Amino acid sequence: MTGSRLPAGGLIDRTKPISFTFEGRALTGYAGDSVASALLANDVRIVGRSFKRHRPRGLLSLGMEEPNAILNVGTGAHAAPNRFATELPLAQGLAVSPTRGWPSSRFDLGGVLDLWPTPLAAGFYYKTFIGPRLPGVRDAWNRLWEPLLRSLAGQGRAPEGVDPDAYDHAHIEVDVAVVGAGLAGLAAAEAALGRGARVALFERDIRPGGRALGRDGDPRIDDAAPLAWAEGAWARIADNPRATAKLRTTAFGLYDGRQLAVYELPVDGPYAGRIWHVRAKEIVIAAGALERPMTFPGNDRPGVMLASAVEAAIRRYGVRPGGQAVVFLNHGDGAGLRQALNAADIEIVAEVGPDETVTGTQGFGRLQSVDIAPLGPDGLPRMDARRRVPADLLATSGGWSPALALHLIQGGRQAWSEADGCFIAAGGGQDGVRLAGAANARFSAAAALADGHGSTAGGAPGPKTTGGDAAPSGQGLPLAPIAAERLKRQAFIDFQHDVTVADIGLAAREGFHAIEHAKRYTTAGMGTDQGRTAQLATAAALAAATGREIGDIGLSGLRPPVTPVPFGALGGWRRGALFAPVRQTPMHRRHEALGAVFEDVGDWKRARYYAAPGEAMAPAVARECRAVRTAVGALDVSTLGKIAVAGPDAAAFLNRVYTNRMDTLAVGACRYGVMLKDDGMVFDDGVVARLGPNRFHVTTTSGGAAAVLNWLEDWRQTEWPDLKVWLASVTEQWAGVAVAGPNAARTLAALAPELDLSDTAFPHLTWRDATAAGLSARIFRVSFSGERGYEINVPWRHGEALWDAVLAAGAIPYGTEAMHVLRAEKGFIVVGHETDGTVTPVDLGLSWLISAKKGDFIGKRALARPALTAPGRKQLVGLEPEDASVVLDEGAQIIATATPRPPEPMLGHVASSYWSSALNRGFALALVKDGRARHGERLFAWSLGVAHAVRVRDPVFYDPKGARLHA
Amino acid sequence: MQDRFSAGRILREALGGNAGWRPWRRNPEPKPRYDVIIVGGGGHGLATAYYLAKLHGIANVAVIEKGWIGGGNAGRNTTIVRSNYLWDESAAIYEHGLKLWEGLSADLNINVMFSQRGVLNLAHTLHDVREGMRRVNANQLNGVDAEWLDAPGVKAFCPLIDISADARWPVLGATLQRRGGTARHDAVVWGYARAADRLGVDIIENAEVTAILRDGQGRFDGVETTRGTIKARTGALVAAGHSSILAAMAGFRLPIESHPLQALVSEPLKRLLDCVVMSNQVHVYVSQSDKGELVMGAGIDAYTSYTQRGALHVIEDQMAAACALFPMFSRVRVMRTWAGIVDVCPDASPIIGATPVPGLYINCGWGTGGFKATPSSGWTLAHTIATGAPHPLNAPFALKRFETGALIDEHGAAAVAH
Amino acid sequence: MLLIPCPHCGVRPETEFVYGGDATVRRPDPKTASLDAWAAYIYERDNPKGPHTELWLHASGCHSWLVVERDTVTHAIGQVRQARDAAS
Repeated sequence: MTGSRLPAGGLIDRTKPISFTFEGRALTGYAGDSVASALLANDVRIVGRSFKRHRPRGLLSLGMEEPNAILNVGTGAHAAPNRFATELPLAQGLAVSPTRGWPSSRFDLGGVLDLWPTPLAAGFYYKTFIGPRLPGVRDAWNRLWEPLLRSLAGQGRAPEGVDPDAYDHAHIEVDVAVVGAGLAGLAAAEAALGRGARVALFERDIRPGGRALGRDGDPRIDDAAPLAWAEGAWARIADNPRATAKLRTTAFGLYDGRQLAVYELPVDGPYAGRIWHVRAKEIVIAAGALERPMTFPGNDRPGVMLASAVEAAIRRYGVRPGGQAVVFLNHGDGAGLRQALNAADIEIVAEVGPDETVTGTQGFGRLQSVDIAPLGPDGLPRMDARRRVPADLLATSGGWSPALALHLIQGGRQAWSEADGCFIAAGGGQDGVRLAGAANARFSAAAALADGHGSTAGGAPGPKTTGGDAAPSGQGLPLAPIAAERLKRQAFIDFQHDVTVADIGLAAREGFHAIEHAKRYTTAGMGTDQGRTAQLATAAALAAATGREIGDIGLSGLRPPVTPVPFGALGGWRRGALFAPVRQTPMHRRHEALGAVFEDVGDWKRARYYAAPGEAMAPAVARECRAVRTAVGALDVSTLGKIAVAGPDAAAFLNRVYTNRMDTLAVGACRYGVMLKDDGMVFDDGVVARLGPNRFHVTTTSGGAAAVLNWLEDWRQTEWPDLKVWLASVTEQWAGVAVAGPNAARTLAALAPELDLSDTAFPHLTWRDATAAGLSARIFRVSFSGERGYEINVPWRHGEALWDAVLAAGAIPYGTEAMHVLRAEKGFIVVGHETDGTVTPVDLGLSWLISAKKGDFIGKRALARPALTAPGRKQLVGLEPEDASVVLDEGAQIIATATPRPPEPMLGHVASSYWSSALNRGFALALVKDGRARHGERLFAWSLGVAHAVRVRDPVFYDPKGARLHA
Repeated sequence: MQDRFSAGRILREALGGNAGWRPWRRNPEPKPRYDVIIVGGGGHGLATAYYLAKLHGIANVAVIEKGWIGGGNAGRNTTIVRSNYLWDESAAIYEHGLKLWEGLSADLNINVMFSQRGVLNLAHTLHDVREGMRRVNANQLNGVDAEWLDAPGVKAFCPLIDISADARWPVLGATLQRRGGTARHDAVVWGYARAADRLGVDIIENAEVTAILRDGQGRFDGVETTRGTIKARTGALVAAGHSSILAAMAGFRLPIESHPLQALVSEPLKRLLDCVVMSNQVHVYVSQSDKGELVMGAGIDAYTSYTQRGALHVIEDQMAAACALFPMFSRVRVMRTWAGIVDVCPDASPIIGATPVPGLYINCGWGTGGFKATPSSGWTLAHTIATGAPHPLNAPFALKRFETGALIDEHGAAAVAH
Repeated sequence: MLLIPCPHCGVRPETEFVYGGDATVRRPDPKTASLDAWAAYIYERDNPKGPHTELWLHASGCHSWLVVERDTVTHAIGQVRQARDAAS
C-alpha cells in the first residue's frame, strides 16, 4: 500500500484489502476502514468543495461531526446522495465521488467565486435580484436569477428509479435503553443488567468503545486497557439474553412516551436498514461529546484536522495524516495527541501556546505552512511578530461539547457552564431520561464510568480505574482572536455553508442579534452536519460581535433527526401494495375476470364498468344501463357500510340520529334516511331496516362507514349514555348483490323459489330472510336505480357464490358508473357528489325527510340558523343541455351568460353529469342558487373555457311517478 | 427609503469590506403608549403594521413579540403561495394576496424570492377530478389563473411524478396554478419588519403579553407585558396558535384548536423538482428550495398541543407517501423535521375582524395555510383597524359568521392544506 | 407517540385512537338555545395551554370513548375515564 498507511497498528485487518473508487480513481483500503480513513490513507486530501465559495475541503474529522466529506455513493437506482465518508464502512467495489466541484473536486471552475468573496457575504441574495429592472428581461428573478442559482446550488444527485432495497420497521420494549457504547454507556448497560433489567444498547459506530477507539492515553479499567475493557463489556452485554446490543445503529429521535427512534444499518453494507421503535422505562443518553475546531483564519485548509481525528487516524486506522504537525489546542488535554504523533513519527513543528494564535495558513489544496503570532496586550495577535512554520498537518481542538441533541429535541434545556467551558444539560425533557458520561460533561474515563454506572444503582460496584486520566481542562471558547476584518472572511465557522466570523459580524452589524436570526441569516449550522462543529462557534462569534455573554445568547434549537435518515427507511414496509392496503370484496376476482375497470372508493376497489374485449367505457356503461332498465342487472354492493344497532333504546337512538322518524318503522320494513351533523349539514345517508323490536340494520356510504360508526359511538357514549343501545360494524360480515330491473323478481325467484315475491307479500321497502342460491340470505327490497330491486346479503365468505348464482340466473353485471347514471336519472343524491359539507337536506329537496312530528334530532336546531334559511342557497336541480348530445363536465360552474367576464358571478356547479341512454341525451344534477325557483330558466354551464346552454328542471328525469318500482 | 438594497450597493459595500451595512431595524424600548398595539411578531402581524403605516398613515404602532420575530409559524411553514381556492370569498382574499406577492420584493426592497414555479394539485380519484375541475372553473371565472391537466399533461409538467395506472393511487389529472409557487419565509418576515421600522413602527421582541387591559367601558386599553405596561386604544391579536390564550385573557372564546403541524426538509440535492406538487389523497406537499432541499409538509398531529413537537409516526406516514408518489426519493435522507402550532378553524377559513371587545381586533384561524396569506391578511387587517370597518375582502371572514352559519367551508372541495 | 391507558385494554399507543377534542362541551337544550349558545356549542372549544380534558376513541380497540386528562405542554397524561361514566 502506498500513501500514508503506517506499517503496523490500528483496528484494521491488513489481510483484507478492499478496492473502491473515488471520483473514478481506483484506490485500496482495508477491512475496518471507513471511506474517510481509506481516503486519508491514500493521500486524498481534497474530499469536496464548499457550498458557496467552492473552496477545496479536506477531512476535518473522522466522526459524525464531519462537515466536508459528503459524497455521492453509487449510481442509478443504487445511488445514495450526501453520505458522510466518515460514517461509511469501506466496502468492496464502492464508487464514491464528491457532491460538489466541476469538472472535479481538484479543479473546480466554481472556485472563481472565492476570488472575491466579499460581495457574497451572508444574506447577499436578500439584497439583490429585487427589481424587474434588468433590461430586456421581464421578471428577472423568476426567469433568470433563480434558475441560475438553483442550478449552482444543491449537493448530491438524487437516485433514479425505484429503490432496490427494502426497509423494515421493528418494535422493542425494554426496561433500560442506552444510547452509546462508550465507557459510560457500557457501564450503564452492565449496571442495568446487573439489576435484572431488560436492556437495549445502541452504538452508531461499527465498534464499541467510543473515544477509547481512537486514543491510548487513558487509565486502565478493571486492569485492562480501555478498549480491551470496552470490547469485553460489549461481549458480556451482547451475550446476555436480557440484552439487545446493536452496532452501526443510531438513535435519531426521542419522542413522547419515552419512545426512542433508532436506525440500524448493516455493519457490513452501506445502505438499507431497519428502524427500531424502542419504548423504555428508563433511557440513558451516553452519546459522548463532540470536539470543536478552533476558528482562525485559514482553518478550512485541507490538513487542518480535529485533534481527536488525528489521534483516531493514527491509533484506530493506522494512518499517518501528515509529516510535520502544528498543535493548536485551547485546553490542557494534549498528552494523548502528542503520544499519537510521536508514535506515528510525526514531527511537532510548533505548539501554539496560550499567549499565541494562528493567524493564517498557506497551501493550495493542502496545508504547507502555518502562521503563528503572539497576542498583544489588547488580546489581538501582533501580526508584525508572526512567524511562519512549515506544516502539512494542523491538529486543532477548541474543547469538547456534550452531545445533547437527543436531550434537546425531546424538550430538554441547556445552559452555559463556565466551569466546563461548554453548554450542559439543564433539566427539562421527559421523566426517566438521563444523560451520562461525556454527554453529561463527565469527560474523564473514571467520571464517565461512574456516571454511567450510576450512584443509586446499588448492587455490584462499577468498573475501577487506575492510572492517569486525561480530560480537557480549562477549555475556553473555540474562537481565536483575529486582527483584521479581511482575515475574518477566512476564518470559517460553518465549513459546509462557508459561514465565516465576518459573516457573523455582518449579521450582528445588521441587527440579527438573536441566535436564531443570526443562524437563519448566515445559514450557520443549517447544513447536513446539523452544525455540530459550527454551533458553539456561531454563538461565540455572535457574543463577541455584540458584546454579550455566550450564556445569554444560547445555542440555536436542534431538531430531529439527530443524523439524516432515508425517506425509505422512515416509510418502512409501507411501499408498493403495502403503502395503503386495498380493500376488496369477496367477488373481486370475478370482477377482474369480467374485465372490470376499477375505481377507488375510500380504500375499496369497486368495479366501475365491465368492458368486453375492445369495448370502450361509454358503450359499456350504456349497455349496462340498458340491461337494468330493460332486463336485469347485478351490482356488487358489498362495500356499503353496515352497522348493527341493538338494544331496548335502539329505535329512540336512531330517531335522534336521522332527520326522519325511525321509531315508527315496522319490523320487517326499511326506510331511507339522512344524517346531519349538528351544524345542519348532510353527513351521510343510507337505509335503516328494522330486524326486530330492538334490532336494526343500518347502511352507510362505502367511504363513510368508519367515520359514521365513530360518530354514532360519540353520541351514544358521551351525549346519551342513558340510552340502552349498542353498535357494531358488520360491513365485512355481509356481502351483497343488488339485483335490479324489470326482470329482477324473475331472477330472484330462480334463486329463492320458496320466497313469495308479490308486491303484497314482499313490498318495496321491506326485507325478508330467505334461502337464496342455497345460501342463508337477508334480502332487502330497495332500489337505487328506480327499477324493481333487491339487495341480497349473504355471509361475506359466500359473496362469490352469490355473485355466480345471480349471474347464472341471467343478470348482467353493472358497475358504479352505470349505478350513478341510473340513480342520477332518478334524481337520487350521492353524498360527496351532491354534498360537500355545506349542503342541508332542504337544499337537496329532502324536506319531506325532516320530521316535524318527532322531537329533537341531530342538526335540527342548526337548520334554523339565519344563513341556512336565507334566500340564495344553492338547491338541487336537474340540467338539460340544449344540445342533447352534450355531456357537461362535472365541476362545470353555472353562470348566467355564455361570455363570462371575470369576476363572473357563479350560480352553482354541476355535481353529477352523464349520458343517459334511456333519455337519449346528456343530463346533469346541479346545485344552483334558488334553483327550485328557476325551473325552466336558461343558464350556462361553463367548463375550461366552453359554455353550454342548459335548461334548469326538476332533478327527477326518469319515471317520476315511481311506477317502475313495481314493474 | 434610505439604505436601499441593490446589486450596485452590494458591490459598493463589498469594496468597503462590508463595513457600511446598517441594522435592518431599530431595537427600541417600548413607549408607554401607542395608537395601535399588534400582538404577534410573525409575518401577519408585521405586515399589518407595515400596511397601517404605509397605506393608512398610522405609524405610532408597536408590534409585541414574545420571542424573536418570525419564530412561530412564519419560520416553520413550507412556504407555498397560491390563490386557487374554491369559494369566491377565499379566492378574492388569496388572489389579492397573490397580486401583493408579485410586487412584494420591489415594495419592501428585499428579495423575498417569490418563485412562481407553478403549483400542481394532483387528482387521484374520480372525486378528486370532479372537485379539481370545479375549482379550476371557479378560479377561472373569478379571474384566478388555473388550468386542468390530464395525466400525460402532469407528466409533461413534472416528469418526476409517477403516473403509472397501476400505482396505488394513480394520477388522473391535476389542477395547475402557474402563478403559484414559493417564497423565502425569513425574507418576508425581515422585509416587513425592516420596512415597517423605517416607517416608524416599533418592533419589540422578548415581550410576552401577560394580560390584556380594558377600561371602565370594557374597551381595549393596552397590554401588560414582561417588558412593562403598554397602552393603546386599539389592539390586534395576530398570534396564530396562541390566539385562544390571548382571547381568554381578553375574555372571549374562539372556534379554534391549536395542533402541531410537522414539516421537514431533506438534504440538499441537485436541482430536480421545479414546481410545487400537492396531493391530498396520497398526502404529499413538496417543493425543492433554491438551496436544493426537498421541503415537505407532513400531516397535522391529531391532538391539541403547544409544544412545537410532533410524533414520529406522522413523519413516517409522510415518508411512505412521498416514496409512493416519487419512488426515487427513497434513498434521499431527511435532514430536519419540526412542528409549528397551527390554529385550526372549523371551516378551514380564517377570522379577520372585530372581537367582542371594543377596540380589539383579531386575525387567526389560518390553520395550515397562513403563509401565503401574509400580505393580504396584513393588508385587510390594517384597513379594518384604520377605518374601524372591514374591507369587502375580509368582511366575510368575521368571527360573527359562526353564529349565523355563513361559513366559508374550504374543507369540502378545496381542502388543501399548506 | 402518546401512550394512553385505556381502562379496558391497558396502555396503548396513540395510533390506536381517534382524537375527539374538548370533552367539556355540553349540548344546550335545542328548544331554548340561543343562536350564540348554539354556535358556541358547535364551534367553540377549550384550547388551553396546560391541562386539557379531552375525548379519545379507542377505535382500534374496545371502541370506548374516553375522557383523558392531558397536558398540552408536557403531553403528560393523567386520569382516563370512560366517557359514559363521566357523562352520567
